[in-house]
Amino acid sequence: MRRMMAAFVALMLLASPAAYAVQPDEIMSDPVKEGRARELSRELRCMVCQNQSIDDSDAPLARDLRLLVRERIAAGDSNSQVLDFLVARYGEFVLLKPRFERQTLLLWLLAPVLLIGGGLALWLQIRRRSRSGADVPAPPLTPDEEARLAALMSDDAKSS
Amino acid sequence: MIAESGHYALVLALGLALIQSIVPLIGARLRDAALMSVARSTALAQLLFVGASFVALVMLHVNSDFSVANVYENSHSMKPLIYKITGVWGNHEGSMLLWVSILALFGGLVAAFGNNLPLSLRAHVLAVQAWIASAFYLFILVTSNPFLRIVNPPIEGRDLNPVLQDIGLAVHPPMLYLGYVGFSISFSFAIAALMEGRIDAAWARWVRPWTLVAWIFLTLGIAMGSYWAYYELGWGGWWFWDPVENASLMPWLAGTALLHSALVMEKRNALKVWTILLSILTFSLSLLGTFLVRSGVITSVHAFATDPTRGVFILLILCLFIGGSLSLFAGRATSLKQGGLFAPISREGALVLNNLLLTVACAVVLFGTLYPLAMEMLADFKMSVGAPFYNLTFAPLFALLLLAVPFGPMLAWKRGDLLGVTQRLLAAGVASLVTVAIVWGWVRGGSALAPLAIGLGVFVIAGAVTDLVERTGLVRLPFATVLHRARGLPRSAWGTAFAHAGLGVALIGIVCETTWNSEYIATMKQNEVAHIAGYDVKLDGLFQRQGPNYREMIAEFNVSRDGAMLSVMTPSKRSFTTRGSSTTEAALLTRGASQLYISLGDATAEGAIAVRIYHKPLVLLIWWGPVLMAFGGVLSLSDRRLRVGAPKPARAKPRLQPAE
Repeated sequence: MRRMMAAFVALMLLASPAAYAVQPDEIMSDPVKEGRARELSRELRCMVCQNQSIDDSDAPLARDLRLLVRERIAAGDSNSQVLDFLVARYGEFVLLKPRFERQTLLLWLLAPVLLIGGGLALWLQIRRRSRSGADVPAPPLTPDEEARLAALMSDDAKSS
Repeated sequence: MIAESGHYALVLALGLALIQSIVPLIGARLRDAALMSVARSTALAQLLFVGASFVALVMLHVNSDFSVANVYENSHSMKPLIYKITGVWGNHEGSMLLWVSILALFGGLVAAFGNNLPLSLRAHVLAVQAWIASAFYLFILVTSNPFLRIVNPPIEGRDLNPVLQDIGLAVHPPMLYLGYVGFSISFSFAIAALMEGRIDAAWARWVRPWTLVAWIFLTLGIAMGSYWAYYELGWGGWWFWDPVENASLMPWLAGTALLHSALVMEKRNALKVWTILLSILTFSLSLLGTFLVRSGVITSVHAFATDPTRGVFILLILCLFIGGSLSLFAGRATSLKQGGLFAPISREGALVLNNLLLTVACAVVLFGTLYPLAMEMLADFKMSVGAPFYNLTFAPLFALLLLAVPFGPMLAWKRGDLLGVTQRLLAAGVASLVTVAIVWGWVRGGSALAPLAIGLGVFVIAGAVTDLVERTGLVRLPFATVLHRARGLPRSAWGTAFAHAGLGVALIGIVCETTWNSEYIATMKQNEVAHIAGYDVKLDGLFQRQGPNYREMIAEFNVSRDGAMLSVMTPSKRSFTTRGSSTTEAALLTRGASQLYISLGDATAEGAIAVRIYHKPLVLLIWWGPVLMAFGGVLSLSDRRLRVGAPKPARAKPRLQPAE
């Protein structure tokens, strides 16, 4: 089922004149700059695809964006300047890693809050319950139970 | 006639499901054993009819009966037989039919093998199964009927999407569904327990094998899908944090938590309420996954709005079952008695930590998947959540989890000795640190993260081994005694060790692949040689070939290392005429656990071709890990304790037995 959806998207992509994720002619001559471009590409969304980065996508738009990123890098932009430039153009939608701001507060804080809050609550509850349980000593065994226990133990010893 | 018979069988199955939804419950209320036993017959008959319906659709596809819309849209007379069969579930209608078939299969299995269940519990469980089944039969019959005819039958079909014409389609969806739908059993058990107001350790013992079966299939299904994407989509990615992937990962995370909490409940009679809640949540997440994928809401909110029939129908099912079960839970949970006590540092405590981390990880994935949808609808704010987000949030949670994994099985129940366990894990810790040092020295510098993560993987594996060594007394006892003890060790202990080691293996694979993956992207001419990771890859030439329903362009590469010829690799590009689309068939060369991966781009006018060559070190470990985990699951499933089943309550026998 999962792949069916991906395949559906792939179908749309493949149906368009075939291009390919990072093409040989796009690669920058400076390996350091190319490395930065690849790194940035992985954080940018191909907006006509389903949740694919422009580094993975073979859609024409992704190619345009990859070239744009390289153009900005060649022009001397820093990584954050490139991202700012693209956000100004296409909106936050283009970022696969959402920025930490008012609208995304809940998303980013979810894991730490749940983990710390949940952990604390569980710790306190388990400790309280085990304390309150420990205060009540188990009643001593009746002679009957003692006899059964002894029988069980000797059975066990024989069988093993 | 076949189409009509299949359609009719499906309607009959719906009728049976409706009877099974109501009659056994009336029987349970009246304490009438005959009425309660109806569930058993209807569940088996349902399996028969849905099975017939499914077989009918398979026959239509095999016969290429293009008067049926579903066959016309997804098949082609020239398609190889295997893809005619797998094409049955390579589309919406057929895959929903597979979904209900598997649901009926699980219902039938409970009916057939649930003889050791108390009669009223079985009646309740099967009734709940029938509610789910009725809802989905209705969904298929009303919105997604695969048996509809076309008035003027076309001569030829439109063929199956080429990407799906792969052996992966034969295995991946059925596996995934066996996992997804398998969790419906623990859901039904949970609802039955809430309705009966009775739950004990025996309940957990009945539920655990079903959960385990579902979990094994889901684990293999996800791994299989990931490997399929890896070799089929042509850029060597194996996990994309795509919403559709997340839809299968969420039930897996919750299901893994459920397996562990059911263990606590079975052994120690604690965490009852939580286990019930997890059973409900796990299946709810399976339903949510079905909704997300089937409604099209993920591709775009607007696609959902333009053709909302299916989406709204599944959304209704979703609200009904999740809302209903959670309300029932809220109303009844307090009446369930809390069981065994334990100190924070104990086996139970470790399993609670496991549950906390898995649940938070699951919540992160859930939020990451739904947050953009919610923001777009509520705040008109378009945003994306992709891999970089999950790498920052999900990965640390899993790192914490893995760090704790070796400690869990070694802690004692009720009250554990953390210091003692740490001392016993000393060897594993040293092995892990030595690995970190070696890897760090070997790569000289670079990020410290990768060596540390590999060390963590080694720690998890060594921890699993340590546990086995301790239990069998290897090293300190004579060999004969060790063998004797190894044989006497419960299978579930072996299962735990294998499953946990599998996690470590997968982690090492993931880290190696992502950190030391090398790639070569260029346009190559004939006889040109690419050098990558010590291999020399020479392009020998390009040629064309005609397949059954496609044409393909094959490139032949000669791979050698240090002058010694290793292998010939032949990646290709296939063009499917009917759909006018193409697929890339990557060529893989496996060396140990590492792979060389070649896929083709476009050919240029001068006879050169764009080529991507990857060397992926230890990449296969990513999938060997889940296979080990599933193997651990199978071992655990074969444990005597689960095969024998729980003892029946003695006093229920005299009254209920004669009526059977």
